[in-house]
Amino acid sequence: MGGETLTIAGRTFRSRLWVGTGKYKDFLETQQAVEASGAEVVTVAVRRVNITDRNSENLLDYLDPKTYTILPNTAGCYTADEAVRCARLARAAGVSDLVKLEVIGDERTLFPDTAGLMEAAKILVKEGFVVLPYTNDDPIVAKKLVDIGCPAVMPLAAPIGSGLGIRNPYNLKIILDTVNVPVIVDAGVGTASDAALAMEYGADAVLMNTAIAGAHSPLVMAEAMKYAVEAGRLAFQAGRIPRKLHASASSPIEGTL
Amino acid sequence: MYVHVNGQPRDVSEGMTVAGLLHELQLTARKVAVEVNLEILEKQDFDVRLLNEGDRVEIMSFIGGGTGS
Repeated sequence: MGGETLTIAGRTFRSRLWVGTGKYKDFLETQQAVEASGAEVVTVAVRRVNITDRNSENLLDYLDPKTYTILPNTAGCYTADEAVRCARLARAAGVSDLVKLEVIGDERTLFPDTAGLMEAAKILVKEGFVVLPYTNDDPIVAKKLVDIGCPAVMPLAAPIGSGLGIRNPYNLKIILDTVNVPVIVDAGVGTASDAALAMEYGADAVLMNTAIAGAHSPLVMAEAMKYAVEAGRLAFQAGRIPRKLHASASSPIEGTL
Repeated sequence: MYVHVNGQPRDVSEGMTVAGLLHELQLTARKVAVEVNLEILEKQDFDVRLLNEGDRVEIMSFIGGGTGS
């Protein structure tokens, strides 16, 4: 499977595990976890530089944009206007025209505000951004985002940081069946089996942060996720056996005593 | 004169440019985005853009983040 790749908006990736860079102890741990995960796409947030108590270190000193595809997000934006402003700032900072577009609906659930998301996506697509939208597990919204011009969609598995796994596998399957662009399951993964399951359903990639950063041993979990995503992808390609109620022996009956 | 930098008042000398401000703050222009009064600047304008009394300057950079706030 070494040659199999994922292409989005002309960019080709070997790894189908995308990782966030929040919640780590320090930049070194972030770097080591990203490396252990084998991820090529890493998400980052855009924030004000702390000018009073400035740490001279910069995240990008640890994650070289020449090695990794840096995917800035608009996390923390609650309106389309805020998200558009944030995306423009991210592009002005000069790493890429990619944006993981998030318009958050409320603080308690962190569910996407899909109306605001579509509004912001329309503006940013027109401005030439490669818009990868963090969306709900709603097939209709996913379809609309594709129609707007998003080259991939990123439906959630469960609320951000919840670790609940895929809460609505049937909606995810409908999304996979509905849209003709890559589907990246984003948010809500708790452990390796959740990631493997997403890939077995046919997701093109999985993006996670807390499941790795919040694990007791983030570097070990990063590696576990790497294998889970690979295994899930292989199982999807291999094609699972149908479920049956009763047994069917795998040893031949012939020649038994 | 006073300008606001990331929400905080800051005394800067007359004729200060955006590049001058970044230098004073020991920030590398390559790694930040700058907005003055809600207008995002091109990096090549950092050297020529003069600050005026009361300007609201936002200096943004990338930090660790996944999804959500």
